Amino acid sequence: MIKAEGLSKRYGPLTAVDGISFKVEPGEVLGFLGPNGAGKTTTMRMFAGFVPPSAGYAEICGFRVDQHPIEAKTRLGYLPEGAPVYGEMTPWEFLDFCAAVRGFSGSERQERVGAAVERLNLESVRDRRIETLSKGFKRRVGLAQAILHDPPVLILDEPTDGLDPNQKHEVRELIAAMSANKIIVISTHILEEVDAVCNRAIIIAAGRIVADETPEKLIQRSRYHNAVTIRFRDLDDLNAAAEALRALSAVAEVEIDRQGRRLTALPRDQALILSSVDELVNARGWDIEQLQLESGRLDEVFRRITTGEAL
Amino acid sequence: MHKIAVIAGRELRAYFATPVAYVFIAIFLALSGVFTFYIGGFYERGQADLQPFFSFHPWLYLFLVPAISMRLWAEERKSGSIELLMTLPVTLWEAVAGKFLAAWLFTAVAVLLTFPLWITVNYLGDPDNGVIVAAYLGSLLMAGAFLAIGSCISAANRNQVVAFIVTVLICFLFLLSGFPLVLDWFRGLPQGFIDTIAGLSFLTHFTAISKGVIDLRDVVFFLLVIGSWLYATTIVLDMKKAE
Repeated sequence: MIKAEGLSKRYGPLTAVDGISFKVEPGEVLGFLGPNGAGKTTTMRMFAGFVPPSAGYAEICGFRVDQHPIEAKTRLGYLPEGAPVYGEMTPWEFLDFCAAVRGFSGSERQERVGAAVERLNLESVRDRRIETLSKGFKRRVGLAQAILHDPPVLILDEPTDGLDPNQKHEVRELIAAMSANKIIVISTHILEEVDAVCNRAIIIAAGRIVADETPEKLIQRSRYHNAVTIRFRDLDDLNAAAEALRALSAVAEVEIDRQGRRLTALPRDQALILSSVDELVNARGWDIEQLQLESGRLDEVFRRITTGEAL
Repeated sequence: MHKIAVIAGRELRAYFATPVAYVFIAIFLALSGVFTFYIGGFYERGQADLQPFFSFHPWLYLFLVPAISMRLWAEERKSGSIELLMTLPVTLWEAVAGKFLAAWLFTAVAVLLTFPLWITVNYLGDPDNGVIVAAYLGSLLMAGAFLAIGSCISAANRNQVVAFIVTVLICFLFLLSGFPLVLDWFRGLPQGFIDTIAGLSFLTHFTAISKGVIDLRDVVFFLLVIGSWLYATTIVLDMKKAE
């Protein structure tokens, strides 16, 4: 288990992290979300023992990071923001160094480094200097370093930043494959990622936790949860159709997308409006291409939560 | 101890991964030669010793050692790799000691590569090799003291050029602290205080050792200077590492 208890960090008059508390249990993949500057990286750095907290503490597997840093760091795999590495080394040398510092020696060290290289598909570049590698490879070297010692806790600061869609997919698969018995915390501002790999999401804004839920629950907070989108086949009078939808008692609002020939009906109090919209479509005989029930939009939830708008 | 060795090993390899190490050694050797033969008058003196060689070491180190030490921490902070190093299970002290040792070993390699001079002087005459060994030892101790100062300054500055200049300045003051240039600043203060300042002079301690007198007090002095500045490095790093 990892735990933050009243964790705070102040830089002079600026409060970067403002007394946050949470626990993460094995098997959880926690997505740490928030706008830039919200305190994500600072929080992760306090867990990694790089930044000392101004108040409160972080704990990893029962060891307080400020009191027992070595024990805590031994159990943690950490990918710093931007995945810094020693550019003049090759991936193999670099990983070998990390393994040696972590106390592995002899054939076990070889095996661990070899396994990490294999897991992140670094074979083709294992003997090239890291500074000559692409951003994707550099990031993977950083990730290999984090998983090398098979730690029970992984904290990854923007693990997919700067990767192409295929590499992002690979990293997500890797995270998913390791998630069964580990604690994994990833920070990101790519919302699809939360949906794809996390089973819990914490949103922080201005150093405070403003939401802590499963991604599904978070999506349900969207105004678009249970909304219905109609796509028309030809250019009907969209305004008239919108009027007709607005007349339905359960519909709160209708959004018009002229270019896409789409109308989106937003429900009042997340009511199920699909059947009544469907009835209306049939009654009016509209020529439609698609009728779609929306589950919600994470980006909209994110924006409203982090800008402090009411939900 | 094991972790210190691992960190020192990585660091030392990093020196030789770039041309910087070779350039440094070449310049060090060339300048030692110039100082010894042209300015020190090695042949003209007609004495079989390496006094002209060692007497220029403090001045050579004054500019060359900060060039090594300036990158010790400034580069780690600039590239962000300090976050990686500090989040591995190592203590601050292990990291500081490891990196310092690597720099010290590197300097030792450069200094020991001046061995042809030693051979030359043995070929030409019959020098007191005990004095020469003592002088090499003193020279390395002084280099270590310079490096420890540089390590601390490098930890405090992200900018390597600033680290270089500040280190040169501080080393200069330590070199000459037994001389009027520095002591005049403290005129009027109690004599005991002035004596303490004068006692910090690297030049005095180095000269004593390089004459062949390995006084334990001189050795302990340099080791204490190294230890104190490395300790200061850990404090500075602890305060500034994440900035």
